[in-house]
Amino acid sequence: MAIRACLGLMILLFSSTISTALFEDQVGLADWHQKYIGKVKHAIFHTQKTGRKRVVVSTEENVVASLDLRTGNIFWRHVLGKIDCIDQVDIALGKSPSKSLLHAPANMNVGKDNLILVFGGSLIHALSSTDGQIVWRKELSTNSLEIQQVFQPRDSDIFYALGFIDSSEFVAYYVNYKNGEVLQQSKASFKSGFCGEASLASNDVVVALDASRTYLVSISFRNGVITFQQTYIPDLIPEFSGKATLLPSKYNGILAVDIASSIVLLRVKGVNELEIIEKINYPSAISDVLPLSKEQQALAILQHDESRIHIKVKFDTDLTNEVLKETIQLDGQRGNVEKVFINNYIRTDRTHGFRVLVVMEDHSLLLVQQGEIVWTREDGLASIVDSTTSELPVEKEGVSVAEVEHSLFEWLKGHFLKLKGTLMLASPDEVAAIQAIRLKSFEKNKMTRDHNGFRKLIIVLTRAGKILALHTGDGRVVWSVLLPVLRESETCGNPFVLNVYQWQVPHHRAMHENPSVLVIGRCGHNFDAPGIFSIVDAYTGKVHNSLVLEHSVRHVMPLPLTDSTEQHLHIVIDDNLHAHLYPKTSDAVKIFLDEMPNVYWYSVEVGKNIIKGYSLEIKGELDMAENVFQPKELWSIVFPSESETIALTATRKMNEIVHTQAKIVADQDVMYKYISKNILFVATVAPKASGEIGSATPEEAWLYAYLIDTVSGRILHRVSHQGAQGPIHAVVSENWVVYHYFNLRAHRHEMSVIEIYDQSREDNKDVWKLVLGKHNLTAPISSYSKPDVTVKSQSYFFTHSVKSMAVTATAKGITSKQLLIGTIGDQVLALDKRFLDPRRSANPTQSEKEEGIIPLTDSLPIVPQSYVTHALQVEGLRGIVTTPVKLESTTLVFSYGVDLFFTRIAPSRTYDSLTEDFSYALLLLTIVALVAALLVTWALSERKELGEKWRYKVQLSVLDE
Amino acid sequence: MRSSAALFNPSPPLLLLLPLLLFSHLLNRAIAADLRSGDGYTIAGRVKLGATAKESGLPAKLTNIKVILNGGQSISFAKADGYFSFHNVPAGTHLIEVAALGYFFSPVRVDISARNPGKIQAALTENKRVLYELILEPLREEQYYEKREPFSIMSLMKSPMGLMMGFMLLVMFVMPKLMENIDPEEMRRAQEEMRTQGVPSLSSLLPRSN
Repeated sequence: MAIRACLGLMILLFSSTISTALFEDQVGLADWHQKYIGKVKHAIFHTQKTGRKRVVVSTEENVVASLDLRTGNIFWRHVLGKIDCIDQVDIALGKSPSKSLLHAPANMNVGKDNLILVFGGSLIHALSSTDGQIVWRKELSTNSLEIQQVFQPRDSDIFYALGFIDSSEFVAYYVNYKNGEVLQQSKASFKSGFCGEASLASNDVVVALDASRTYLVSISFRNGVITFQQTYIPDLIPEFSGKATLLPSKYNGILAVDIASSIVLLRVKGVNELEIIEKINYPSAISDVLPLSKEQQALAILQHDESRIHIKVKFDTDLTNEVLKETIQLDGQRGNVEKVFINNYIRTDRTHGFRVLVVMEDHSLLLVQQGEIVWTREDGLASIVDSTTSELPVEKEGVSVAEVEHSLFEWLKGHFLKLKGTLMLASPDEVAAIQAIRLKSFEKNKMTRDHNGFRKLIIVLTRAGKILALHTGDGRVVWSVLLPVLRESETCGNPFVLNVYQWQVPHHRAMHENPSVLVIGRCGHNFDAPGIFSIVDAYTGKVHNSLVLEHSVRHVMPLPLTDSTEQHLHIVIDDNLHAHLYPKTSDAVKIFLDEMPNVYWYSVEVGKNIIKGYSLEIKGELDMAENVFQPKELWSIVFPSESETIALTATRKMNEIVHTQAKIVADQDVMYKYISKNILFVATVAPKASGEIGSATPEEAWLYAYLIDTVSGRILHRVSHQGAQGPIHAVVSENWVVYHYFNLRAHRHEMSVIEIYDQSREDNKDVWKLVLGKHNLTAPISSYSKPDVTVKSQSYFFTHSVKSMAVTATAKGITSKQLLIGTIGDQVLALDKRFLDPRRSANPTQSEKEEGIIPLTDSLPIVPQSYVTHALQVEGLRGIVTTPVKLESTTLVFSYGVDLFFTRIAPSRTYDSLTEDFSYALLLLTIVALVAALLVTWALSERKELGEKWRYKVQLSVLDE
Repeated sequence: MRSSAALFNPSPPLLLLLPLLLFSHLLNRAIAADLRSGDGYTIAGRVKLGATAKESGLPAKLTNIKVILNGGQSISFAKADGYFSFHNVPAGTHLIEVAALGYFFSPVRVDISARNPGKIQAALTENKRVLYELILEPLREEQYYEKREPFSIMSLMKSPMGLMMGFMLLVMFVMPKLMENIDPEEMRRAQEEMRTQGVPSLSSLLPRSN
């Protein structure tokens, strides 16, 4: 009984310290947070007059942000919704020039405020610029009109709306600015059709491209009379071939045409005369014009010359001469210039100086001024597609660490400061000093492996095809490489990155060989497009091998096998379901052939509602050089498409480690977890309820959860949730699956847990059987044996919508698990798995309490201190990745979206190491005190003994006398 | 339904009257105006943080508050005064969530009636409280950091070193007391036994039945 009480006390102690929260002064110690904005689409500079050196940008990640022009730091930022794409940004200064989508003429007075014209299709809306009220709304035509340009001549009450009907007819409308009334309209058809682009050349001339993109058509619409004038592009530019594109521009009388090899600037003289001003060879980029004064406009042209970029700034009045010519040197890993924005400033001598904002192919952003790169932003990191980790190099002997470490005195001083801090005796200055010492800690940023395995490289793959290695210590970019094979080329039209895997992790020769990663991509978005295969050194970013495959890539299976050089074997399944083995060596084939009977795989065809299971076989002679294997269909599950559509599938992580199969439950009873690597979780929803929340009623919505064995195709468990719908997020780990969905009846989010236990091992609990060896614990687990499983499940309410879900992973799987839930508010919440225990009951018995079962509640608790992102947000959260480290108690968590956040967490506290704030000084003090006490007592006892001896001697001598 | 009257204003010409309405309600009211435009309705409301300013932690800016419809289908930002709106929302039952750092908001269930155009009902999903006006207030503030306990003797005692010291003191002061209580006769006998046998045997350690 006493033992029980003791145990109870222990559990109480442990459960009371369940939250592994952070103190405010620990922020930044083990975590880092980086803010990004994504690839810039538009940029608008604040004018000189406002006195603010800022630029407002909108990006492809739907971010609007204001950046400091001096440093590139984010001043403010808003991440808009997924569907709220930003087409244009502009600052309403009352004097903005006309542009494609928004039109804000300022020289008009309607009442007191100006109108902003917004158009799309055949609709024009006029909005009041003061409060955004719709003043009028006009549908110009019921035909398929596409308005291309809206512009207003100076000082007039009408504006022109120009567009195409059915791509073959040109229309010009004269519309009253105040009320949207159409005053006049004129049409003319053009027999060879338009391709749908038009550029305004002057007040009464538009230039368009014909449907074949080989003729430039100038259209004059003066006084309602429309005339066409065609120019065959090869007549103008002899080397032209292929198709031309009009670059959107705001130039006055100048037209920019992109032909495959170069950009050509044309001047429009009257209606029927086009003149070439300049040809700029590719790769290059050209900026919009920047009005300097009433007559003068400036534009910037950027041109590549290998790794250098020439920047030229010209005035539109004199395009043959350059105002400014600068050359900058770039590192080779940024690709070509994609976009350029120009801004001017007044120098001290009252002349104009220019700065340009450059968007590169890898989505990074540079500011160039006076021939120098003032700052760069690595904004490709806002669009991470996949990530993996790599160990750092082993510390080589001969490199003394002690040199750079603090001297002993410094070390002691630091610890005494810390002690003062923990005892709350430190002054504010000292507190600041403590913080600085902790953050600067040299230890965490070293480029070598550490004892605990906290220092690693996170290798991320971005949508731009760039691979970057981030150090876990402070998040700095160690190396980056823009993969040449993932850039647009003739062999690969529309490259598209997919995944990154660990390719080679050397253990035996870790001192001499570097690990490498495998990058898989595809030339185009279709499944049948040829694949891209590239191997990159994880320490240096050197590309070892890079090729466009002959076959397509449907999915990639990393196998738990390595060849003699420790390269991981990978199977690439192509669109015809043939399996290709990599690396392509006979050694790999030999290793694989031994294991081939044990290789099973499955494919989920979401559109067809079918899941099929396959094994591999060799048809005919195996060509050792080809190493292609044929699929053999084993099973298939067809879901009835009228009642179910596949919404989500989830599996266990390949590298997850489970410590024990047995689970000790109350009263010394044992349950055996059903642990199988082949469990597939499938969730299907009603076809009507496959949309967003709010699109279906509870009666027409349902959700089925399946657990399927992927080897035999056996359905182990199936459960239905009536009135539930997606979006569904699921995590599979050990013998359980947790999934999040929306319950329409309660109108709340729910999280359900399913745990599977193996019944066939139940009778092993008999001790005598164990002693006599009559147990079946050593019998191999096979998917083919008849599963005898029991399932426990339970559902709980959860407050927030979820964006992403993951589970912690530790080296040995001993530490208890936490779910990491990326909430709709872009925070990451750590929720102990114990809250999602299906065995929770309203009144747990004494023994269940001892086991750590929490009394049942209908909803899951949200403890603010258990947000791993603490007071930060990972804007646009898309993924959470967990990585085990050598220290069993700890997991690394990397979450990415528009922002990046990294930290390490200990789900059951750091029971295997001293915490960061462990006071060595206090320990030292205690020891010193003990030694001092020892010495004092020793001295005292010596003296006493001596005294006694003297007394004895005196007594003796007295006796003698 | 008096409650729903505050939630909606169903007639289309209200479009231009809206500023006026806003003004008239400025003092005490958030408006969930519902205007038919195209095929959807408009949900409008107001986010209100507690009247008392936050004492510690994050400076709460209303402009950083996101209002999310149906788990990310549409996102709206609260204006400086807390007002937000969603346009073109079809009839049905919807979910509005508020993401504000430092505050815990309950999601809100919003029903837009299809039969009775423009009738909107709202209720907090966490505690089933019906909202008569779409004013969203946080249920509680969130503290993301653990508070450092000020230095106290107790915390020092609880630390491993403190426990060590405590145990030492216990041994130093209590053990002699225990020794004192032992019968001197027995003590002597035990000492003698030790001397005679040298090493204590198992039998001598076992309790004797006498």
